[in-house]
Amino acid sequence: MTQPVSGLIGAQLTVINVGLSLFAESLRQQGIEVAQVDWRPPAGGDMVLLGLLDQVTQIDKGDDADDN
Amino acid sequence: MTTDLRSRIRAANESTVEIMLSAWDNVVWVGNETAIDVIPGMTPTTVMHAGPPITWVDMCSSMREGVIGGLLFEGLADTAEEAESLIAGGGITLAPCHEHRTVGGMTGITTASMPVHVVRDDQNGVEAYCRLHERKRALQWGERDQQVLEQLRWMTDVLSPMLSAAVRAKGGLAVKSITARALQMGDECHNRNVAATSLLVREMMPDLIALDWGKDDLEKVARFLQEDDGFYLHIDMAAGKAIAEAAKGIEYSTIVTTIARNGVEVGIRISGLGDSWFTGPADLLRGSYFPGFNDDNVDADMGDSAIMETMGLGGQIQAAAPVFQQIVGGTVQDAINHTREMMDISFGRNPAFVLPMLDFQAGPIGIDMLKVLETGVTPIIDSAMAAKKGGFAGAGQVRVPMECFQKAFRAFAERYGLGQ
Repeated sequence: MTQPVSGLIGAQLTVINVGLSLFAESLRQQGIEVAQVDWRPPAGGDMVLLGLLDQVTQIDKGDDADDN
Repeated sequence: MTTDLRSRIRAANESTVEIMLSAWDNVVWVGNETAIDVIPGMTPTTVMHAGPPITWVDMCSSMREGVIGGLLFEGLADTAEEAESLIAGGGITLAPCHEHRTVGGMTGITTASMPVHVVRDDQNGVEAYCRLHERKRALQWGERDQQVLEQLRWMTDVLSPMLSAAVRAKGGLAVKSITARALQMGDECHNRNVAATSLLVREMMPDLIALDWGKDDLEKVARFLQEDDGFYLHIDMAAGKAIAEAAKGIEYSTIVTTIARNGVEVGIRISGLGDSWFTGPADLLRGSYFPGFNDDNVDADMGDSAIMETMGLGGQIQAAAPVFQQIVGGTVQDAINHTREMMDISFGRNPAFVLPMLDFQAGPIGIDMLKVLETGVTPIIDSAMAAKKGGFAGAGQVRVPMECFQKAFRAFAERYGLGQ
């Protein structure tokens, strides 16, 4: 069941904000309903650490396919 | 190779959490002693402090005030100026409590003749120490005037020996029993200890009265305990430190065994990485200030009391203490959400610490460095703020910086050969 995009225009907005709560606050001040998702990047966003992390955490996901 | 490493990490973490749970079953407050008689490495000229290692020059203001207060209490200096020149001349050894089987609240200042709680776990063969919690104005907050030092002397001469005699008479006090019951009564046993202290007083009063120590002293001790909601915290902290000592040094383990702050840096230690510290900048707490205090006149996150979070209490288990949300401007749902987050970053559950607000689920225990990195969720600490000039300035919550975990994982990767 799809609805035409035009249905969104003029409808009341509900926003999901992921990450920095500053954006959510700004929208709330404009009277817009916001669901805040308090997300932070894994390993602080350090790509080298993320690569290393993959080597030791996949066991928890039941994914050992790439073991060697 | 990778599967082997993963299996070793999992087995090590299971073992670490098993030890933590077993240690919780066995930690007993056995009495109080004078610091120099029990703390390894304590000397007449040592001042131990909270958090990771730090020099006099780098210390925050309230911790410096505490160090000076410790030297005044020991009679090593008669004035603040004398104390400062003694330190500048190299006559004083500064050392982290945590490196000496000890923990200290807020500034953590612990010196040779101060009394400490002794908590022992005979099954795991460990013992740890924490100075007695001071009522109201206190050296632990960096205050050091005559009234503060006189209270500390009375605690040394009367309160501590009386409590010690009473707890020895009853054959020791199992710490887990009080902590577990307090969690059912609205404490999270870090920021809020009113139920735990009430239970402690109920346990101790018959034995204190039976000592026949003298009515005046007994009344003063009873009134001190009546007025100090947080007195139990430092017994629980000594227990937490004993548990950390039992759980440290397990090869391949990625479980956090220390979170400690000195007002400048937060330091963590990981079981599989021995006694190495991994530090990041200490933040200001977010919460409520007492009148006259604000972001500009308080020090950043400080104290070894985060041993409570390390062992599954405080910020790990906010859902046990919805009242705490009034301090941090949160909702009951926030408390529940935070606890669920902490479950996501913990390796195990403690069936002794159940949460009515979460349908009696067991609380989290064993913060796993890998889960912190994988989720991006860092541990929450419930704590309090010290005024820069010394003093209790307010209470709130703060997160451990991700930088601590990034540094620890780099060291883990190097030590255990990841990426090779």
